[in-house]
Amino acid sequence: MGIKSIETKHMEEREAFFRKLSRVSRRDFVKLAGISAGIAASKGIVNPHSFQLVDVASADEGKPRFSFAYISDTHLYNRKLNDRFVRSILKAVDDVNALTPQPDFVLFGGDLAQLGAKDELELGAQILKSVKAPVRMMVGEHDWFLDMGDVWKGLFGAPQYSFDHKGVHFVTLMSVNEKDFWTARKMTPQQRMNTVAGLDNGTQSRFEVGPQGREWLKNDLAKIDAKTPLVVFSHSPLYKYYRDWNFWTEDADEVQAILSKFESVTVIHGHTHQLLSNHIGNIAFHGMLSTAWPWPYAPTGLPKLTVQMNRPDPFDNFDGCGDGRFEVGGSVAGLADSIYNLWDRNPVTVRASYLASNGAKDVPPATKLTSY
Amino acid sequence: MRTPRWRSPRAVSAESRPRGDAGGVAIGNAYCAIHTIDWCGAATRVILRAMKNPFCAGGRARLALAPLAACLLAFAACEEAPPARTPKPASAGAAAPSASAGATLFTPERGAGEKAPEGEVSLAHVPKDLPLGVSPLLYAMAVPPQSVPSPAQIALGDKLFNDKRLSADDSVSCATCHDPKTGFTDHKTTAEGIKKQRGQRNSPTVLNAMFGATQFWDGRAATLEAQAKLPILNPIEMGMRSDADVVAKVQKIPEYAASFKQVFGRDVTFDDLAVALAAFERTQYSGTAPFDRFIQGDEKALNDAEKRGWALFNGKGRCNTCHAGNAVSPLFSDQKFHNIGIAAHKQDFPALAREAVAVVNSGNQKQVDELAIESKFSELGRFLVTKQTNDVGAFKTPTLRNVGITAPYMHDGSMDTLWDVMDHYNKGGVANPFLDGGMQRLGLSENDVDDLVAFMGSLTSDKFAAYGKQEMARMQGQKGKRPQRDMVAANGPNGSKGDLGDIAPDPDLKVKNPASNGVFGTYDVANGGK
Repeated sequence: MGIKSIETKHMEEREAFFRKLSRVSRRDFVKLAGISAGIAASKGIVNPHSFQLVDVASADEGKPRFSFAYISDTHLYNRKLNDRFVRSILKAVDDVNALTPQPDFVLFGGDLAQLGAKDELELGAQILKSVKAPVRMMVGEHDWFLDMGDVWKGLFGAPQYSFDHKGVHFVTLMSVNEKDFWTARKMTPQQRMNTVAGLDNGTQSRFEVGPQGREWLKNDLAKIDAKTPLVVFSHSPLYKYYRDWNFWTEDADEVQAILSKFESVTVIHGHTHQLLSNHIGNIAFHGMLSTAWPWPYAPTGLPKLTVQMNRPDPFDNFDGCGDGRFEVGGSVAGLADSIYNLWDRNPVTVRASYLASNGAKDVPPATKLTSY
Repeated sequence: MRTPRWRSPRAVSAESRPRGDAGGVAIGNAYCAIHTIDWCGAATRVILRAMKNPFCAGGRARLALAPLAACLLAFAACEEAPPARTPKPASAGAAAPSASAGATLFTPERGAGEKAPEGEVSLAHVPKDLPLGVSPLLYAMAVPPQSVPSPAQIALGDKLFNDKRLSADDSVSCATCHDPKTGFTDHKTTAEGIKKQRGQRNSPTVLNAMFGATQFWDGRAATLEAQAKLPILNPIEMGMRSDADVVAKVQKIPEYAASFKQVFGRDVTFDDLAVALAAFERTQYSGTAPFDRFIQGDEKALNDAEKRGWALFNGKGRCNTCHAGNAVSPLFSDQKFHNIGIAAHKQDFPALAREAVAVVNSGNQKQVDELAIESKFSELGRFLVTKQTNDVGAFKTPTLRNVGITAPYMHDGSMDTLWDVMDHYNKGGVANPFLDGGMQRLGLSENDVDDLVAFMGSLTSDKFAAYGKQEMARMQGQKGKRPQRDMVAANGPNGSKGDLGDIAPDPDLKVKNPASNGVFGTYDVANGGK
């Protein structure tokens, strides 16, 4: 018998101990565990192999199979005002640059800046230059409403565009248009920006792709075969989740109707800063993590397929934040699995097969952490 | 004695629900809990009153435990309604929780032979002479009745602990690295085993190790017994080849053959040997530090610098995020594992860590086992035990009791003084991809750092008071050498003002010394304990 057998033996004893504990009622266990100065914390020991291998079922022959990463919702201020979010985006850039193999490209999910200022956007553009893989940009409302996108467009080009990659058609939408609420109120650009950046105010209008945007989308998709896998990037979720926070796209139903002819559609959105999954008709929806802060879940409207992340530790800069990647063709041909790279936690994979089966298959493990 | 009054635990906001890895109340996040209590208005005062003696001494079990129970009940109540069990009537004069506090956690008046019902903790076996700061409940939780060491086991364990014959070449005993005279440490950077071989990690103190939820810096051993065996067999520590070899060697020593027969009623076994060593370690509880007297209400037990340090500890210094010292976290440790960026000082840690994560994700168990024994991967810490990404480079939060006499610091002994430790935290640690998000720059001034170090000195047990003074003076002498100091990083780009609330404000001791606040202390002395 060597070193290992002794440890194994004690692990078994320990397991027996915890088996015994588990016969204690849950409530009493909570108390016991609490008083025992963290025996509960050590319970992880008996269950060390709960890590999820990112094993990918073999997709159909000839179907596209690749990955892309994302960084989203960095909300940069001028560095002199706040460099914490700057450190966070740098951490995300390190993460995606360290991915092996490298992703085919990196999606930036919008809200690069906090209040649309030129120095904020330029700082972001500068930092994103250090991403090794090509970067695809999406705009968010925080980038837009100070100057209605002038600086952003100057740096990154048109906010709405499409491209093809390895047999998948990608569309990036500008989904955060708002109806003019500012002219009649004689708002300054800064007031307009600050209004849009706020939650729970009745002043601003809801996000929308808008009639022009929908027309553009229809035309773009007209020439694409319905069997082609389609991935749509939009900053706001392309469905109606919670109106008061603009976790919402007013013309979501119309946009979904345009996408309905396709067999495999994945919508990837930012804005909500949380683990968020939904499935409507033929469309699978994945929310992206923010590098800056996590939002709590809204009081109503949470899609039932969402496996919630627990409430983050308020004393931990990174908890509930992160970046991630998508594996196209991972579990289902033509759809994307979402790997949430939660900082300070273990990664969570939400597979397309889970969404496509309406929650019947491959249910992501619920967090073992209780909420604050 | 006054009967504490209880408010329904439900009065505490649901927001106070703490996080626990296994569904339990996580001690480590008492920071959050305590602060929540602080925010909870009326319920606060009730609980504060109840928490009169968070660091209670022996002989006052009931008074001290009741508040603890109330506190935990308050948290637990967020999960479920209090159970209907009626508390046993208390003996005359003793404080008993009223029915609204829910079930009693224990029934100390139970006869010695009577078994505690499941879920309750018996205190019948707890020593009556526990020092200040070591509560009977803590002891009872760490030492179940069947593990209470007998005097014969303790004596045998003490002898074994100091016996170099447990090592392959009779050169190293447990006490070589855990020297009882110097706080059970060796003051070496990393442990030195037989043939002057160097290990990868700093020898932690045995003091209060018995209360640890896990043993070793990476928590790979669950019990003192499990821990005790491994250094004996480790080729670079005590170097015995197998447990059979250990047993054969010890059995051949007549005095041990006789002692084992006497104590355990049989020949030497490796398990019994570990039991004896653990028995000795279970006597090494340590409290009765100046801090304990302060928290019991002796305002003069701490000087002004130490009091300021305690306020900084719970505020601007953020120490209590992991090292909380309070009723539910009596060890100044959350018993969890954190990457604070020590490993990142050396080698190419990020590349190493990512290599290891890739190996684990590949699922090749053989390769994973090989990783664990390669010394350069030692820096991966807890990850090698759990294989969880979140544990890369994470090491156990050590207790801060007696920290003043256990230099050098950190899992690799890479920091010589407590000033170095503070410098490290002040700049927010060393960035790496797995750095704990709780690591943030602190913006502590040089005076703040001095005060915090002074406070840590107040955690040294009276038993080591003279040695503690000597050690603090020695570290003070090295204050000029500050390799970790980086005030630019500590203050951030905007100087010490912080940015958007990153850095907590200085405690304003003129207005109200947070250190005398009942949450952290015992009660408001000026107000007659009301």
